[in-house]
Amino acid sequence: MSMDADQLDRIFKALADPTRRGLVDRLATRPGQSLFELCAAAVADGQPAMSRQAVSQHLDMLEKAGLVQVTWVGRTKLHTLDLTPLRAAQAAWLGRHM
Amino acid sequence: MKIYVTSVFVDNQAKALAFYRDLLGFQVKHDIDMGGGNRWLTVVSPEAPEGTELLLEPSGHPAVGPYKAALVTDGIPAASFMVEDMDAEVARLKGKGVQFTVEPMDAGTVLMAVFDDTCGNLIQIVQMKG
Repeated sequence: MSMDADQLDRIFKALADPTRRGLVDRLATRPGQSLFELCAAAVADGQPAMSRQAVSQHLDMLEKAGLVQVTWVGRTKLHTLDLTPLRAAQAAWLGRHM
Repeated sequence: MKIYVTSVFVDNQAKALAFYRDLLGFQVKHDIDMGGGNRWLTVVSPEAPEGTELLLEPSGHPAVGPYKAALVTDGIPAASFMVEDMDAEVARLKGKGVQFTVEPMDAGTVLMAVFDDTCGNLIQIVQMKG
């Protein structure tokens, strides 16, 4: 997977936020989580409560960066972590400096 | 003032009765013909027959469809019920063919799970942690 500058921008911008990194951590524990589950899990983890609207916007940025894949079960939208773009970013740029 | 009734919008009242009474085990409290094919249909828990009623409300208003669809898309329950024993309740409902969209999980002060009421809603059940 080759990467252009825009793709690298989207990936690093998506990760340049502690809330979104928290969502990545939570999605890493289990694939296929709805917005509601992610919010509930945040509360269970003792994280500060966030509006569903805010979480939805964060997920959208992760999705646009390709780090979150969306699937549907019935009429419910589920989110799954996809690290493929991150590995590609490492191969394309990050790895050169590490 | 007290809360005597709360409601979920159901796609079909007859189907809702089959689900809420026959599968979940609630009891009919009121079933009154309101005309136009609509009923004032409420159920109560057998554990609290004088408690808050759940109105199985028709979904006819044009705003209801988009409202319900948006909640289901994000996995958000339309109502929440309390159970004494999460594992036993989930096993009982699964035995009756109820589809869970969230398996029992720890949600801080409660255990919770979510299932599909087959009438256009997700329903949450919670067990208080001891």
